[in-house]
Amino acid sequence: MSTVLLAATKVDLTVFVAAAVMVLAGAIGVVVSGNPVHAALSLVLTLFGVAVLFVAQEAHFLAAVQVIVYAGAIVVLFLFVIMLLGVDEHENVRRDPLRAQRPLAVLLGLASLAAIVLLAQGTDWVTGARSVAGAASGPGANVEKLAESIFTRYLLAFEVTSVLLVIAVVGAVVLARRSGEATEDEPEEAGVGAPAGGPKGSTT
Amino acid sequence: MSIDGSWYLTLAAVLFTIGAVGLLVRRNVLVMFMCVELMLNAVNLTFVTYARMLDDIGGQALVFFVLVVAAAEVVVGLGIIVTIFRRRAGATADDLNLLKG
Repeated sequence: MSTVLLAATKVDLTVFVAAAVMVLAGAIGVVVSGNPVHAALSLVLTLFGVAVLFVAQEAHFLAAVQVIVYAGAIVVLFLFVIMLLGVDEHENVRRDPLRAQRPLAVLLGLASLAAIVLLAQGTDWVTGARSVAGAASGPGANVEKLAESIFTRYLLAFEVTSVLLVIAVVGAVVLARRSGEATEDEPEEAGVGAPAGGPKGSTT
Repeated sequence: MSIDGSWYLTLAAVLFTIGAVGLLVRRNVLVMFMCVELMLNAVNLTFVTYARMLDDIGGQALVFFVLVVAAAEVVVGLGIIVTIFRRRAGATADDLNLLKG
């Protein structure tokens, strides 16, 4: 396998190694950093690294969307919630609440990683029919081919996706709506999921 | 010649493993959520790699849908987290044991 890697050009190799280091460093940073703000910033590093890997594989549109949607919107949403709730205090990551859970988790992770890599290697990494939904390479821009595929072959899925987005927005508004003065010792009331103008929401 | 796809797939598997281990190890619900994002990104990278290896645009179209679903998931998940945090101060998943008998 290493001869295949060495056969790649220097530029490709450099880009891949740099992006892989970014991805893995960011991922490890998310897991080990005690401060949630640091974890969110490490997540940005990983997302940029994945975007670079998308560009290296000629998925230009997805790389742009990755940066705009993930790094630009989702991480900002995470940071907003962290700041809004004031949960940015340092969590003691050294403390293990369940005895032997941490080594077991790492062990299971390594076992599943080994299983994935060995299974994929056993089947020569890739099998099956090629270019079922249309060719990814060839003449024309990446975004054109992607758009043609989404708006013809996957049109129904695209429309269902828009419905899903509307449902998510409505659900977020219903969840985040302040339902009266809810305190910690107050029993669970139906106000969280109740329609607007409920008995508690209308008093404020 | 570009990098062989197996290297991308191995990297994606490592990224997925880190996300899964982080989900198991961490107690802060927000960081657990970020670990889910790591796992989703690993799957996206796998899809794009297979799209290149099989010369199939369908893999990239699927990544597009995964991105949309991930955005919707983050919105609803963070809404739920905000609602939980409004009722209690703790930031750990171990404190959320209301359903425990």
